[in-house]
Amino acid sequence: MSAAAPSTSGLFDCRDSFAATIEALAEADPHIVTVVSDSVGSSKLGGFKKKFPERMVNVGIAEQTLVAVGAGLANGGKVPFVSAASCFITGRALEQVKADIAYSNVNVKLIGQSSGVAYGELGPTHHSIEDLAWLRLFNNLKLIVPADPWQTAEAIKAVAAYDGPAFVRVSRMAVPALDRPEGAVFEIGKAETLVEGSDATIIANGTMVHRAVAAANALAAEGISARVVNMATVNPLDEAAIAAAAETGAIVTVEEHSVRGGLGGAVAEVVISTNPVPMRILGFPGFVPTGSAAWLFDHFGLNEAGIADAVRQTIARKK
Amino acid sequence: MPSPAAPLKNDLVGEIAAQALWIRRRSFQMVYEAQQGHPGGDFSATDVLATLYFGVMHYDPKSPRDPKRDRFVMSKGHCTGAFYSVLARAGYFPEADLSTYMEPLSKLNGHPNRNYLPGVETNTGPLGHGLPVAIGIAIAGQIDNADFRTFVLTGDGELQEGSNWESALTAAHRKLENLTLIIDRNRLQQGARTEETASLDPLDDKWRAFGWHVEVVDGHDYGQLLDVLSASPKGRGKPLCVIANTFKGKGVSFMHDNVAWHHGVPSKEQYEQAMRELV
Repeated sequence: MSAAAPSTSGLFDCRDSFAATIEALAEADPHIVTVVSDSVGSSKLGGFKKKFPERMVNVGIAEQTLVAVGAGLANGGKVPFVSAASCFITGRALEQVKADIAYSNVNVKLIGQSSGVAYGELGPTHHSIEDLAWLRLFNNLKLIVPADPWQTAEAIKAVAAYDGPAFVRVSRMAVPALDRPEGAVFEIGKAETLVEGSDATIIANGTMVHRAVAAANALAAEGISARVVNMATVNPLDEAAIAAAAETGAIVTVEEHSVRGGLGGAVAEVVISTNPVPMRILGFPGFVPTGSAAWLFDHFGLNEAGIADAVRQTIARKK
Repeated sequence: MPSPAAPLKNDLVGEIAAQALWIRRRSFQMVYEAQQGHPGGDFSATDVLATLYFGVMHYDPKSPRDPKRDRFVMSKGHCTGAFYSVLARAGYFPEADLSTYMEPLSKLNGHPNRNYLPGVETNTGPLGHGLPVAIGIAIAGQIDNADFRTFVLTGDGELQEGSNWESALTAAHRKLENLTLIIDRNRLQQGARTEETASLDPLDDKWRAFGWHVEVVDGHDYGQLLDVLSASPKGRGKPLCVIANTFKGKGVSFMHDNVAWHHGVPSKEQYEQAMRELV
């Protein structure tokens, strides 16, 4: 699983990490099956299909059936990983996710592929910047947004080991492997602090984490000490990490998602109920105009300069 | 369960009829006491449910998650009066619990919850959910070459949900002979006849065209139901669709084929009259 090992150079497509990890898990656990809706290639599950053809269920282009069949397979004793483009597995099959998976509380792992604005120029029908807001409402559904190949692999292993419903949001956007201390571990519901800081806290997840680290480094050069917290798990939230962030007096959240109801909304709900401090939520305002993912990130300030600006402005609002 | 051979079958039909009568009486009492429910659909589905639980399926209510059990998915999840009654009668939980139907904190929610009650396989209520989940269960059995069968009961109006038809393709494509869909064809949906709302006929041809083996039976005839549901599916090579022609409100004169009883609730006089008729 070379793609899953921490690395300090190069860029990675986290789907490769997902695919390598699920193949390795399936070798060890015969209960693991995959379910796809004509989404073998886009989920990078060609290798899995070759190794375990009888353990891949392809229902065709039918997302309601995709998710419901996952619930049925769990009833039959399987550990299904149900994988499709995040925009469709959530939006098209939302009621199946609600009733068949979350409310029924079954052992199904939903994998939302190519999330956020990865499909850039294809437009908002194919973007998935609403998924966290929709899924966050299902209180028992674990919700994980890994930031790099190592964390993607660890998240897949963690949800496989967990007996219950989970959603992992996997990106196809190239990201670097983040620097972590030796022996770093991933735990569902536990945030990780990647940069220490005391003037403000940037809480990010997914593809925004490495950009937040870059912003913190730039701010450090001008004497601003910004903490960076990778909040990979959106449900359940690491409320202790949020309480600690509020102690720095200013919080900026950054996500490849709408500013409505995602990571920022989740953090704000905790902050406003515990220790209100100035906050800023960075993300997309709603349906976005035509453009590549890279262009959209820059256009909406989801880059080093935009995040650093937001931190300065939020620090200025401290009482 | 005994095989439905001639003399035994008569005994079995008598047993199922007695259970069905009990279920109709008990479920109507539940609806009367809760002043809520879907008694018309309870009554159209009762004979199918009684046949499955007392004549066809293999299960142990003391071991409700036994991997080898036959599965039953109640897709028409609003008909909990009949469903809870048959589960209690089958021994999954005490019959006394039926008196808590829809009360605060009761395990007997208006729609079934697998985490509240043993014997419930998946949480239903929104229509068009049961068949695709049952297909997933049947696929798990197919992968394992297991012997258990999966049964799912849908309403007929419910077939207006597209999820049924996309999953019907999957079931036929995978030749899920271990799967049986039973359609409670009472021809009435919430507000009107199905054929006046979004026509389903010719329903048998639709399922055949989708690649299913179709049987059409009188859904209140225990002998016919036993014959088609007990037949071994081995070697059929197709999923089975049983269109059970039924009547909403079957068993009570003033409810018979009457759309007002989709979610109508009885007055004291109506309840007493129904109990006089259900004997």
